[in-house]
Amino acid sequence: MDAIDRLIVDRLQSDFPITQQPFADVAAELGLTEDELIDRIDGLLSADTASRFGPLYNVERMGGAFMLCALSAPEAEFDQIAAVVNSFPEVAHNYAREHGLNMWFVLAAETPQRIDEVTREIETASGCQVYSFPKEEEFCVHLRLKP
Amino acid sequence: MSRHPATVVGDRGCRPDAVDRRIIAATQAGLPLTARPYDAVAERLGLPAAEVRRRLRYMMACGVIRRIALVPNHYRLGYRANAMSVWDLPDTRIHDLGQRVAALPFVSHCYHRRRQPPIWPYNLFAMVHGHNRDETEAMVDAIADLLGEAVRGRAVLYSSRILKKTGLRLPAPAALSLE
Repeated sequence: MDAIDRLIVDRLQSDFPITQQPFADVAAELGLTEDELIDRIDGLLSADTASRFGPLYNVERMGGAFMLCALSAPEAEFDQIAAVVNSFPEVAHNYAREHGLNMWFVLAAETPQRIDEVTREIETASGCQVYSFPKEEEFCVHLRLKP
Repeated sequence: MSRHPATVVGDRGCRPDAVDRRIIAATQAGLPLTARPYDAVAERLGLPAAEVRRRLRYMMACGVIRRIALVPNHYRLGYRANAMSVWDLPDTRIHDLGQRVAALPFVSHCYHRRRQPPIWPYNLFAMVHGHNRDETEAMVDAIADLLGEAVRGRAVLYSSRILKKTGLRLPAPAALSLE
């Protein structure tokens, strides 16, 4: 990542315009050409320096249901249990964490009923008790990572 | 174990309609990298480009779209010490304290979540990202300073591996029958 990439990553962490030629607008702000900006973004995505580019939707506003869950997988069976958990399409992300509760995942489904069903199905399939952490309130955050 | 209802947030006035959902489905994996990306989306969907832009602006104003952005890969930017800090705070103070923690520049997500006693006494979750563990520990210490004597317990859970990351996706429009 060079200085221009850093400039682009910094600028594009929010506020990509909704205009006819948004790349041209941002490029003008940054002193780049439209083509150069598009090529750079393409490069950042191809190199996995950026994971995606576009609208970030707040899926909860669309009527779906979400749940943060955790379980405690015995070390020896950890990978096997991770594979079982990941096999459910409702599992959106899953992270290994250093704690007694060592596997944390987010369920996304169309209804709260489906969340409960999947939770029970994961318990049966994994042999582990699944703990659920329903959200009571989300506090607004505006993180900008410095590239 | 006890079962809790899942979080459901909905606002009728902002609820995406069938056309919005087609736009969402066409853009949730990303915008096309062409000079006129919204025109390209509109063409694919057989809609006027101005309508696609108008609907995107409306969804943005409603918070259905959080932002339109390039999402950096934390690890690739050198943020390798990513932790979930969790705190046991009095319920009566969590609304106020949660807002103050969320305002710290290095906190990326901050939630009040239900406890799971006896194994999980923590009710505030704040995600922090540092280049290394020393930097992350300093962030956690700054949160502790801000919370002061309200803290009854805390833990820091570093992520050691990403096991799955598909992102939260809207099911295919045909599968949506939520009304």
